[in-house]
Amino acid sequence: MSTDVVTPEPAAGGAHGAGHGVGHHGPKWLAHHFETPTQQFDAAKLGMWAFLAQELLFFSGLFVAYGVYRNWYPEMFKAAAHQLNKEMGATNTVVLLFSSLTIALAVRSAQVGNRKLTGRLILTTIACACMFLVIKFFEYKHKFEGGLLPGRFFHPHAEHLVHGAPALPENTGTFFGIYFMMTGVHGVHVLIGIGVLVWIWIRNNRGDFSKEYFTPVDIVALYWHLVDLVWIYLFPLLYLI
Amino acid sequence: MAAITTTPGHHDEVDPNVSYLKSTRGIMSWLTTLDHKRIGVMYLISVSVAFALGGVFALLVRLELFSRGRTIMDADTYNRMFSLHGVVMVFLFIIPSIPAAMGNIILPIQLGAKDVAFPRLNLLSLYVYIFGACFGIYSMINGGVDTGWTFYTPYSSSDPAHGGVGSPSAVIPMTLAAFIMGFSSILTGVNFIATIHKMRAPGLTWRRLTLFTWSLYATSIIQVLATPVLAITLLLLTMERFLGLGIFDPRLGGDPVLFQHFFWFYSHPAVYIMIVPGMGIVSELIATFSRREPVGYMAIAMSSLGLALLGFLVWGHHLFVAGMSEYATMVFSALTFLVAIPSGVKIFNWVATLYKGSISLQSPMLWALSFLFLFTIGGLTGLFLGMLAVDVHLHDTYFVVAHFHYVMVGGTVMGFFGGLHYWWPKFTGKMYEEGLAKVGWFFVFIGFNVTFLTQFVLGSRGMPRRYYDYLPKFEQLHQISTVGSWVLGVGFIIILINLARSLIGGKPAPRNPWGSAALEWMTPSPPPLYNFVKDPVLTRGQYDYQLATDDELYEGYDDPLFPNAKMIAAKRAAEGAGE
Repeated sequence: MSTDVVTPEPAAGGAHGAGHGVGHHGPKWLAHHFETPTQQFDAAKLGMWAFLAQELLFFSGLFVAYGVYRNWYPEMFKAAAHQLNKEMGATNTVVLLFSSLTIALAVRSAQVGNRKLTGRLILTTIACACMFLVIKFFEYKHKFEGGLLPGRFFHPHAEHLVHGAPALPENTGTFFGIYFMMTGVHGVHVLIGIGVLVWIWIRNNRGDFSKEYFTPVDIVALYWHLVDLVWIYLFPLLYLI
Repeated sequence: MAAITTTPGHHDEVDPNVSYLKSTRGIMSWLTTLDHKRIGVMYLISVSVAFALGGVFALLVRLELFSRGRTIMDADTYNRMFSLHGVVMVFLFIIPSIPAAMGNIILPIQLGAKDVAFPRLNLLSLYVYIFGACFGIYSMINGGVDTGWTFYTPYSSSDPAHGGVGSPSAVIPMTLAAFIMGFSSILTGVNFIATIHKMRAPGLTWRRLTLFTWSLYATSIIQVLATPVLAITLLLLTMERFLGLGIFDPRLGGDPVLFQHFFWFYSHPAVYIMIVPGMGIVSELIATFSRREPVGYMAIAMSSLGLALLGFLVWGHHLFVAGMSEYATMVFSALTFLVAIPSGVKIFNWVATLYKGSISLQSPMLWALSFLFLFTIGGLTGLFLGMLAVDVHLHDTYFVVAHFHYVMVGGTVMGFFGGLHYWWPKFTGKMYEEGLAKVGWFFVFIGFNVTFLTQFVLGSRGMPRRYYDYLPKFEQLHQISTVGSWVLGVGFIIILINLARSLIGGKPAPRNPWGSAALEWMTPSPPPLYNFVKDPVLTRGQYDYQLATDDELYEGYDDPLFPNAKMIAAKRAAEGAGE
């Protein structure tokens, strides 16, 4: 990660490093219970990585369910995958990959203290996230119209299905159950991502960040990379193979 | 050389002579606090209420089983009672009991820190827990669940309202409750990992961490890595019941055994979330009340991490009769035996610490010694169940019930109450009555063994768990077990009365009532808002009794049998006369 190159200098709070009162021992962004800015930055980063480990395990259950049912019903999975819109999925993949680039650049520009550029890059990331959700909305809409719904709500309408695709077996509802669970849980993560991106955008505008303090941008970017990473696995598993 | 040298810094706005209990006033100052000690106290109250509730369910279950046929409730109510007992005890009490309640208060103090790494996340975890508990209470108001705490599919996932044949009870709110409370547990784990890594005081190296801290570190790793799997499992279960996904329901092409794999992938590691912090407390108690460094300090610390690792590899032993392949059962059986190694390392090191230690049998130590007895029985009977051929006979009998109660109650609850009595003076600044505390312990110890030793016999004779009714030959043993549960209940009531009385009329607690060398006893009881009057710098380990000064160890330690106490008093008097 490029973020490791520039870590906050302990010297930033060093002038008052010996004191320990609230707001009296360093910059105003240094919380009362930390001794140095480096300690605060490292704690936040470690906490975020631990949280990301948690996220991976959270998705792992869905990936295992996918693996098990694909193994048991390979024909059903192949037939059902034909009903997913590869073009939309591919577009979304590109959109998310691009948004990962912009948020990584935002971290860089925050590190060098370029507030204006940071704001623009965060906004671009938010725009990409919204675009992803809009495309996802149209995909979901099409599935709803075609009756391609989870479990007992699975009632396909022939006129809405992809022409020339293999016939759908009776238990295809299980595939769409897994599809909606995986993309739905991922979509919730995108929504939360938009929330925290807006939060750092506001704070950036307010002038909270500087060369010395950009921790929130850094950890939100880490989270956003994970959201991207999960989709990079979802797209081929659900749409392509 | 003193353990605590000081840096010149002071907390400008915080008066170090005012305790955290009195630093600010009013209910809102508690509900919006970021102080880890206050959050811990609120957790402690919450889990104690949950423990009482779960205990009432347990007494009702035992009362129903007092005689054959109907005693006080019908079979359907009985199913709900034992399910609620399990759900409340596991998710509302035992998981958050030691880490989130006592760990929250003690961990930062033992690290010499002002707070946990993320105080706001800490408060959030409490509110997430309470939010989850609200779902649980909503479910109980709507009749509760009758699925057992394990929510096994397809009974839990097949909803009669949608043409299914499963449980008609309020399953979805209860699974959502466990789902939400899981996030509380994850947040605590994330917070503790960052805290232990980054918030240690100068001089507090990894080798100087207390064994309680090591156990919380191991526990946090499990909480972060296992709990999300339960979360997604319960979400899938909710959706299965709501939408009929067909993942767990065999009628729809799903696999109920997959649910068991998912569930135990969390819930077996969760057993170590429950027991490892209890072991941490016992390590503290044995060190303090033997007045020496624990033998095999590093071995005990690493065995906590060993349990955390092995905990992830043995979930299959819950499924020996559920239709796994023979090869899988053999591998899981072999891995299960490995768990005995880190557990044994701990037990032997504790016993070695006692050997030639200067033991004082004060009330917290009684709980630690009971832990040694009861956990050993619980652990060894676990090996019976890990053995394939024996498990086929004992699976789903009272033998299993007795086994995990010896681990969970004989282990964790003994550790919990040991820690509660040990740190009560630190938490509240009050001393309880030592004699009554011992009486309470005695009732619990006797009552527990009468209740559950009987159940080993019942189980090995073939009494299945969760049954409403039983054969005449089991009646006498069931009655003994039920009477035991009353003794157990009386014990807990005595403890409650004793602790409550100490709050009202208890003597003020000295700084170090037990003569311990650990860091939390170097600060006033109760501690000030930022934990220490002056920022600690460690120049010795927390068990280095030979390096601690007499003032550090014995200020306020008024055991008349202990010559040093008199010696210090004499020294003080001489110094006073000299000036």
